[in-house]
Amino acid sequence: MTEVDQAAPANAPVKPAGAGGPLGRLGEVRHLGLVAALVLLAIVGVVTRPENFATSSNLVSILALASTIGVITVGMTFVIIGGGIDLSVGAVMALASVWATTLATQAYGPVVMIVCAVVVGTGAGLLSGFLIAYGRMVAFIATLAMMVAGRGLAQRMSNQRTQLVQPDNSMIVDLSTTRVLGLPLLVYVFALVVLVGWLVLNRTTFGRRTYAVGGNPEAARLAGINVRRHTLMLYALSGLCCGIAAVLIMARTTTGSSTHGDLYELDAIAAVIIGGTLLTGGRGTIIGSILGLLIFTVITNLFILNGLNTADQLVAKGVIIVAAVLLQRRSLKSAT
Amino acid sequence: MTQHPGRRGFLFGGAVIGAGALITACTSNEPAAQASAPAAAPAAAAGGNDTPGDKVVIGFSAPAADHGWIAAISKNAADAAKQYSDVELKAVEPTNDINQQISAVESLIQAKVNALVILPNDGQQLNQVARQAMDAGIPVINLDRVFPDKLSYRTWIGGDNYGMGVAAGNYIGKTLKDKGVADPVILEIQGIATLPLTQDRSKGFADALKTFGFKVTAQQDAKFTVESGTQVASNLLQAHKKIDAIWNHDDDQGIGVLAAIKEAGRSEFFMVGGAGSANAMRDIQADSGVLKATVTYSPTMAASAIKLARLIAQGKGMSDLLEQQVPQSITLTSETVVKDNADKYLPTGFES
Repeated sequence: MTEVDQAAPANAPVKPAGAGGPLGRLGEVRHLGLVAALVLLAIVGVVTRPENFATSSNLVSILALASTIGVITVGMTFVIIGGGIDLSVGAVMALASVWATTLATQAYGPVVMIVCAVVVGTGAGLLSGFLIAYGRMVAFIATLAMMVAGRGLAQRMSNQRTQLVQPDNSMIVDLSTTRVLGLPLLVYVFALVVLVGWLVLNRTTFGRRTYAVGGNPEAARLAGINVRRHTLMLYALSGLCCGIAAVLIMARTTTGSSTHGDLYELDAIAAVIIGGTLLTGGRGTIIGSILGLLIFTVITNLFILNGLNTADQLVAKGVIIVAAVLLQRRSLKSAT
Repeated sequence: MTQHPGRRGFLFGGAVIGAGALITACTSNEPAAQASAPAAAPAAAAGGNDTPGDKVVIGFSAPAADHGWIAAISKNAADAAKQYSDVELKAVEPTNDINQQISAVESLIQAKVNALVILPNDGQQLNQVARQAMDAGIPVINLDRVFPDKLSYRTWIGGDNYGMGVAAGNYIGKTLKDKGVADPVILEIQGIATLPLTQDRSKGFADALKTFGFKVTAQQDAKFTVESGTQVASNLLQAHKKIDAIWNHDDDQGIGVLAAIKEAGRSEFFMVGGAGSANAMRDIQADSGVLKATVTYSPTMAASAIKLARLIAQGKGMSDLLEQQVPQSITLTSETVVKDNADKYLPTGFES
């Protein structure tokens, strides 16, 4: 995390609350808070459902649930740290899943399907990124357009039907049914994406530049960073993650559908915010986002285990988002 | 054209049953006995209603399809209209936005169509504009989701959500009773919990189970989407280590539910679907998984609605009933599709 301090020039405070704070320590404190929240939820789980919650099959189930949106959250973390936002993630995932499951694509077999999903996702991300970086569109607007148009295109391609993964392409479904050391393959895909994401963000020039561009684009430009090209790549990265997530959702549901990923953009943004990433960009961590996401997934699990309904679950999520942001403000103040 | 007698039979079968249903509030959903009714209705009893008459323009408005059942509704309506040389179907762009659907119906009123077939996104919210049409002298055929105000429609035709729950409850109750299961774990995966249709289905399910002395152990909603079906089911499977039966309200989200069941490697229970998709029927026929039955909520009602609109606009009645006019309300029954009768229902099943 020390790279962040080097990359973001101290003479350009963007946010009065957080200027020049010791980010490393702040990050750790926040992570501890999130881990504590998770532990608390786990205790609630063990107390309310002793026979269900702490079983290995339940924990595997939680991880499998978190995987799809988790991959998207990694991409979203990059985009938000880079000072942007991507509202199109759910729609792009749906579009990629539909494109990859059309009968024409399926005829070429599972490998082509996977490549197709990844290419479509990345392509959509590149398009959004191009509009934002070179077309000078506001990220919110460009990705909003991509969200609406992507969903529409997905409906058009699928003829608004659910497209089943054909039996010949069971390799896709195997991702979710095959287990290695007790975990479905898709959890490994998720773990790999998190690991690569973490390495890129914390151990590469690309990562350092992401913090710099998000913290102060003008300063980053003066420091010799090609801000436009970097922005383009951030959205392409988010699109790539959506493509990978599309493969995972195809594995889990055995289908491609234009209804996949409904409201994923909001869940992913919420997870990133709870994880301590500032919506204004410049700082944040992958680990925080994943912890934020796990908190959401565990809550959903706890609610269903205890037979509570979806409406209450939504209220609980709202309360958690507010609590997390309030906490964030306090720890920012105490850090300065 | 080959489907024609079948559709016609379905319509009249539905009409006869529906007339009874009006009085008895539709309590009968015993699978085998009722199941044969539509197919058995005489196809030749047309009484000349199909011979071309005055040219009529029928306006059609329905929600946008992001779901197999709704997609089948639009297709059924279009196919039925094509069968008649004297019918011109004016279908407006389907939409899920209430505001837009109101405008669309208004434009059809402006265009002075001879009859309107409306499947409203929400009966309450479209009530006013349907009333406008009726006031303007355009008969409205209300498809499925009912307008609260009877002055807003000439004829209602739709499925029986309560009856669907009853059919599922009867099947599950009887199967468990026959097996001699005491105190069974019965789960229910709903569609969108806030919709009245979902609440009706759940009420019917609970009422039917009660007659066997059973009750629903846990209930969750899965929003009618495949993905949500997977999520909810995988959590529910964790919550209950041993399950006896599951009723899933909708075969589209059922694809996701079945994927979750397969992923978890569970098979100690049986499942009943809802709405009657072709995929579900093929699964039931193959008898290879936990899905043993589905209860219908057939989108063929849209084809019937177009036919009714034509009859009303041309001033014709339903000649194999004694009435001089088309009835005011027609409720389809929810039928139970199991392995033995799946081949009969497959042609009316919709691809999800």
